Amino acid sequence: MLAMMPQLVIGIADLAAALLFLYGLQRMSSPATAPSGIFVAGVGMLAAILASFLYVFAVSAAARPFLPANIALALIALAIGGGLAWWSGKTVAMTAMPQMVALYNGMGGGAAGAIAAVELFGAKTHGATQLVVTLTGALIGAVSLSGSLIAWAKLDGVLNKPLRVKGQQVINGGAMLATLAVGGYVVFLQLSGVSAPIPMPALIGVFFGLALIFGVLMTLPIGGADMPVVISIYNAFTGLAVGLEGFVLQNPALMIAGMVVGAAGMLLTLLMAKAMNRSVANVLFTNFGDAAKQKPSNIKGSLRPVDAGDAGIFMRYASSVIIVPGYGLAVAQGQQKLYEFVKLLQAAGVLVRFAVHPVAGRMPGQMDVLLAEAGVPYDLIFQLEDINDDFKTTDVALVIGANDVVNPAARTEKSSPIFGMPILNADQAKQVYVVKRGEGKGYAGIVNALFYGDNCNMVYGDAQAVLIKMIEAVRGLTSAAA
Amino acid sequence: MDFQITMTGFVALYVFMLAGFAGWVIIGRVPAILHTPLMSGSNFVHGIVVVGGLFALLNASSVVEQAIGFFAVLLGAGNAAGGFAVTRRMLAMFQTSEAKPKHANARARTKTHHPKKG
Repeated sequence: MLAMMPQLVIGIADLAAALLFLYGLQRMSSPATAPSGIFVAGVGMLAAILASFLYVFAVSAAARPFLPANIALALIALAIGGGLAWWSGKTVAMTAMPQMVALYNGMGGGAAGAIAAVELFGAKTHGATQLVVTLTGALIGAVSLSGSLIAWAKLDGVLNKPLRVKGQQVINGGAMLATLAVGGYVVFLQLSGVSAPIPMPALIGVFFGLALIFGVLMTLPIGGADMPVVISIYNAFTGLAVGLEGFVLQNPALMIAGMVVGAAGMLLTLLMAKAMNRSVANVLFTNFGDAAKQKPSNIKGSLRPVDAGDAGIFMRYASSVIIVPGYGLAVAQGQQKLYEFVKLLQAAGVLVRFAVHPVAGRMPGQMDVLLAEAGVPYDLIFQLEDINDDFKTTDVALVIGANDVVNPAARTEKSSPIFGMPILNADQAKQVYVVKRGEGKGYAGIVNALFYGDNCNMVYGDAQAVLIKMIEAVRGLTSAAA
Repeated sequence: MDFQITMTGFVALYVFMLAGFAGWVIIGRVPAILHTPLMSGSNFVHGIVVVGGLFALLNASSVVEQAIGFFAVLLGAGNAAGGFAVTRRMLAMFQTSEAKPKHANARARTKTHHPKKG
């Protein structure tokens, strides 16, 4: 009985962890209970990690001489990896959250790949099923690692242009087929017992190398505004890889947690793709934004630039304003100033609400987090389907740093690459103010008909600088009156 | 009594199926406003991979296995710790306009204290 104690404690801790993960995620379905949700999941994680040290009582005879060194290595790795990530997570700016999540996600994928590598290099797998599952998990984990790192580099601005070459699909397809072929060869050799012309560890090394290269090639051509889909899909990939390696290690906590995240990531990926009216395959495998560079013939009128201060004062005397924030607001770090301006409007009795498009920003829900950071209460933030009908009864739509998500061409222009994408109906407001750096086009590379509308005014400049001018103008008004 | 867990073939598929379904249903109810914290929260959850890394490292019986196992634990620990830190920070920021700003801040602060004890 005593000999079974470690197994029993580990089993109970892992069971508790699986339950607490599910309960914690369930609590995250409302902003009010969400903070306790992550805490609940954290307790589960801590229990599982502490209990896993009981594995020292059940190591194989071969590993026993290595045990003291292994324990020391484990503690060092936990301290360094956990400490660095904890510190970076505490200090990272909220606007840098997408690349941070991409980085942590890549680490998870790398960890799953490394576990598979230990199993493969140590020849610890038994039978065809285990070998195939290990290799599959290794492939997905490695792709998630290198792909997430490229996503991180793109989001962080290290790589700032989508890298596209002719025949990209062919090269990517070739890389994937080569990876699968080497993996298949490993399985064939292991099962048939035929002695390989190349040593097995070298083959496994080539397999991992190809998988990593495939992850890089797959992510390089994808542009910034498609990142919500990319981050979601790699999150799902890492979850899947963890689940598969959980099966190899016969650890149900890993299987459950990995598969829950895999399914969740898949769902988010589909939601994001749907919000762009494109298929996941279209996001991943087509070079979006290369076509349709000319001004469509049915756009008439011209751009009307106005002064930021005048725009601010106009909104001060409006009765209702809906604000559409986009990635440009995050780039300009303008969210604090925006809420300052909103508070001035509210003090003057203006009804102010925020309308957030599902794919605004660089990861799902990024604008919501930035507004929350600035202190905007979440009951002022509305999603597309909840607020879209209200634009036509609203005095002013203020579009800040958003472009494609308010382009009416998505409703009317059949030839447009964004045709059919659900958009925010900012063009239906009585007046529209667009805060924009310059006359450049949006991510999709197409002209925005909204800007040419009779009711539209352009305020050129950096979002933060423009908001400061608006705040000053409205403040000047109140102090002049007093 | 035998506490050894063996999951083969269909038992494993059942576990995968039920877990996948649970994830789909739970996440399907999360409002869009929480999608970023949800993503980093689920990112944190797959940090459980560190437990697999610990198993691999503690059972390592060669220098190669030790080196790779070390990286597995290092990366897994980073995934778990980083995911937790950013998710907690983000969730503490969400507040309604009903609560007085000062009160809401105080509440957010007490909430961020809890996990340090755990």
